[in-house]
Amino acid sequence: MKVRVDVMLKTGVLDPQGEAVRHALGNLGFDGVEKVRQGKVIELDVAEGTSEEKIKEMCEKLLANTVIENYAIQVL
Amino acid sequence: MKAGVIVFPGSNCDRDLAVAFERAGAQVQMIWHKETELPTDLDIVGVPGGFSFGDYLRCGAIAAQSPITRSLIKHTERGGYAIGICNGFQVLTETGILPGALMRNANLKFICKPVGLKVETTDCAFLSGYEQGQEITVPVAHHDGNYNVTDEKLAQLRAEGRIAFTYTDNPNGSTGDIAGVISKNRRVLGMMPHPERCVDEMHGGTDGVAMFRSLVDSVVAA
Repeated sequence: MKVRVDVMLKTGVLDPQGEAVRHALGNLGFDGVEKVRQGKVIELDVAEGTSEEKIKEMCEKLLANTVIENYAIQVL
Repeated sequence: MKAGVIVFPGSNCDRDLAVAFERAGAQVQMIWHKETELPTDLDIVGVPGGFSFGDYLRCGAIAAQSPITRSLIKHTERGGYAIGICNGFQVLTETGILPGALMRNANLKFICKPVGLKVETTDCAFLSGYEQGQEITVPVAHHDGNYNVTDEKLAQLRAEGRIAFTYTDNPNGSTGDIAGVISKNRRVLGMMPHPERCVDEMHGGTDGVAMFRSLVDSVVAA
């Protein structure tokens, strides 16, 4: 069973990397890019039937730092 | 005083920290991260700088799950002393022993230079050798030292006098110019600058000496 976890900085937390990417896009001539947020995608291959609770626990304990990041779980 | 220095794969300031403790008069032992229990007679545990586990996932995130770190959490819960420097500070925030999180520097650059720090409190064993408001110079060397806390938490840290140091010229975007914080019981200090890298004239400065000395004096006296 494949699971995809998206980890993103919480709204309100400044994202210096996203900001640098936005600048670089501007320099390449792509106008109108108002905001870029950069995050992580983590793909897990877990045993069939692994509960969403377990995945959530993995996110809380390790995959995301919930002080500054949010996560979203998607079973593929 | 007995000090232990935890060593993770990728730690690189462990020996510097050990030397700083030894020079201040402590007996030091190095502790490999796979050990499951800290020696029971330690007065203080040091979590050194470096790039534990290659900074994979997030700086300090994997080290925060190492077997020895569980024992470190128990040590701090029992009221034991601990100091985390640079990557060690990142480990302490990842475990939740200290509040906040350390993000990529605002200018995205690795910053390696001496910086000015203002001593914000002297009310803890690490800082009693300085004067309140004293300005000292300590080197930083980090890519992820941008300290992030919510406005609420920042207000709480200020109200409780738990900001150890602020930068005189914020190099990395840290909230409230914060360079180091202490725990609620004032026995755990986390800081991005490297006091162990300024304990000898040949380091170019000795402003870190007072920290290790006052720590040894306070803990021995206690």
